[in-house]
Amino acid sequence: MTSSTLPTANQPNLRRLGRLLLRMASVIACVLAWQWASSAHLNLGLVTFHNVPSPKDVLLAAGALIQSPKLVTHLTASIARVFSGFAAATVIGIALGLVIGRSRWLEDVLLPPLEVLRPIPAVAWIPLAILMFPSSELSMVFITFIGALFPILLNTIHGVEGVDARLIASARSLGSGRRAVFTEVILPAAAPSIVTGLSIGMGTAWFCLVTAEMISGQFGIGYYTWASYTVQNYPEIIVGMLFIGVFGMGSSALVKKTGNALMPWYFMQRRKS
Amino acid sequence: MSSAENATQGRIDIDGLHIHLGQDKQRFETLQDVSVSARPGEFICVLGPSGCGKSTLLGAIAGHLLPSGGSIRIDGQPVQGPHPDRGLVFQQHTLFPWQKVLDNVAFGLKMKGIARTERRTRARELLKLVGLEGFENSYPSQLSGGMQQRVEIARVLINHPRVMLMDEPFGALDAQTRLKMQELLLDVWARIKTTIVFITHDIDEALFLADRILIMSPRPGRIIDEIALDFARPRHAGLVTSGEFVRLKRHCLDLLHPQAKVVPLARLSPLGAASARQFQFAI
Repeated sequence: MTSSTLPTANQPNLRRLGRLLLRMASVIACVLAWQWASSAHLNLGLVTFHNVPSPKDVLLAAGALIQSPKLVTHLTASIARVFSGFAAATVIGIALGLVIGRSRWLEDVLLPPLEVLRPIPAVAWIPLAILMFPSSELSMVFITFIGALFPILLNTIHGVEGVDARLIASARSLGSGRRAVFTEVILPAAAPSIVTGLSIGMGTAWFCLVTAEMISGQFGIGYYTWASYTVQNYPEIIVGMLFIGVFGMGSSALVKKTGNALMPWYFMQRRKS
Repeated sequence: MSSAENATQGRIDIDGLHIHLGQDKQRFETLQDVSVSARPGEFICVLGPSGCGKSTLLGAIAGHLLPSGGSIRIDGQPVQGPHPDRGLVFQQHTLFPWQKVLDNVAFGLKMKGIARTERRTRARELLKLVGLEGFENSYPSQLSGGMQQRVEIARVLINHPRVMLMDEPFGALDAQTRLKMQELLLDVWARIKTTIVFITHDIDEALFLADRILIMSPRPGRIIDEIALDFARPRHAGLVTSGEFVRLKRHCLDLLHPQAKVVPLARLSPLGAASARQFQFAI
């Protein structure tokens, strides 16, 4: 690197460290503001912090949960549900997206019913999910599946429709048949868009977790949150919310990181343009 | 002289070709009664004003556009859809951004079911032919425009096409690179027996490269003149200042830029008229 001779060489690292500190300071400031608002019983008329538990209460509740043997059971149950629903949505969403994006006929046949189902919130599916699936475990997986499906489906369609027609023409001129065009051109060309869909879908699967685990009678971090609400354990509710937030963020980041690792070419291209 | 002269494959026979593009009310005739033949290994350049149907002609030979009348035969076989025998090179490269250069070049062999090690060996040879040794493991986006077109040409040539179809392949390059690429193409063509149909709107380029130039009229495109060039090969950049070159250039200019006012037309591509398929819903 020629830039190493310049006095500004260390600046990118310093800047990165500075940004990291700023982000952490922002989180700490939010927690401090919350602490102050709840301990001062801040009342703004429209919104009141009178009954809101303080960060200290939440920390104590979190400590209790972390020390309890139930935490692992809660988390594994939730992670299993989210990942099963997400995996099913990945397979079905990408498969449907690929064929809908490629065929006008299939788009006309398949997309209208899906468009009707799309705005229905996960919570509205609970009764049907209970009726349709033999076990409550499957009904819960179904709810997270519904949550993850549409972002994956729509991003896949978007990706497939955006494939440069010249790339397909070139592949055909080089001897690709229908199937090879699909596997060699359409799938990799749509991959960046699909990865975006998967990352959003992972987030929305977690988003639907509390809804899904309303069905559960025993375990799950969503169940824990919902059960705390029914018995008015306010600090525990917030502990549950934070666990969902952190795990949702982490698994979305995992999907993005995996996608980036599989598509080194994509970031090279983007950095250039 | 060039081995292209003793090529045995790649004869093109186009007879009474008509092509219409667009649908319903927007339907228009791009090619009108085009008849032309090329002998095996011939280098043909097609010159014509923008939108006259040069690229349409190329797309039809490639098999991406269906004629509404007439026939196209390659070595007696009618064209029915795209085929690796007829390689197509676009103005902007169509390399797969997700594949490294070597795999892009080897793509045609992969489609033929040839084993990975063999196709990589042959792709290396082709990269050497176009002067890109050492770039096997780069991604296309890491290369310059001229290098991308070299890879594109290597990718087409690995199939040993009877015909190489080139749609203004150097049109997007700067003048310096374009000259280099023209010399490279002639050099490669001298070693690989293939018929070339080369679309351009650059008269110098056509005169420098071709055995024969076809000149097309504005839309609907017809072939209005044919110029056989017998400049000796191998050709070098100095050719463009010779008296005969300049005389022929003036002749082409007269044909392409008549005194009458010409309405400029939208560019066409070998894949037909531009049609934007809209995304129907928001996410």
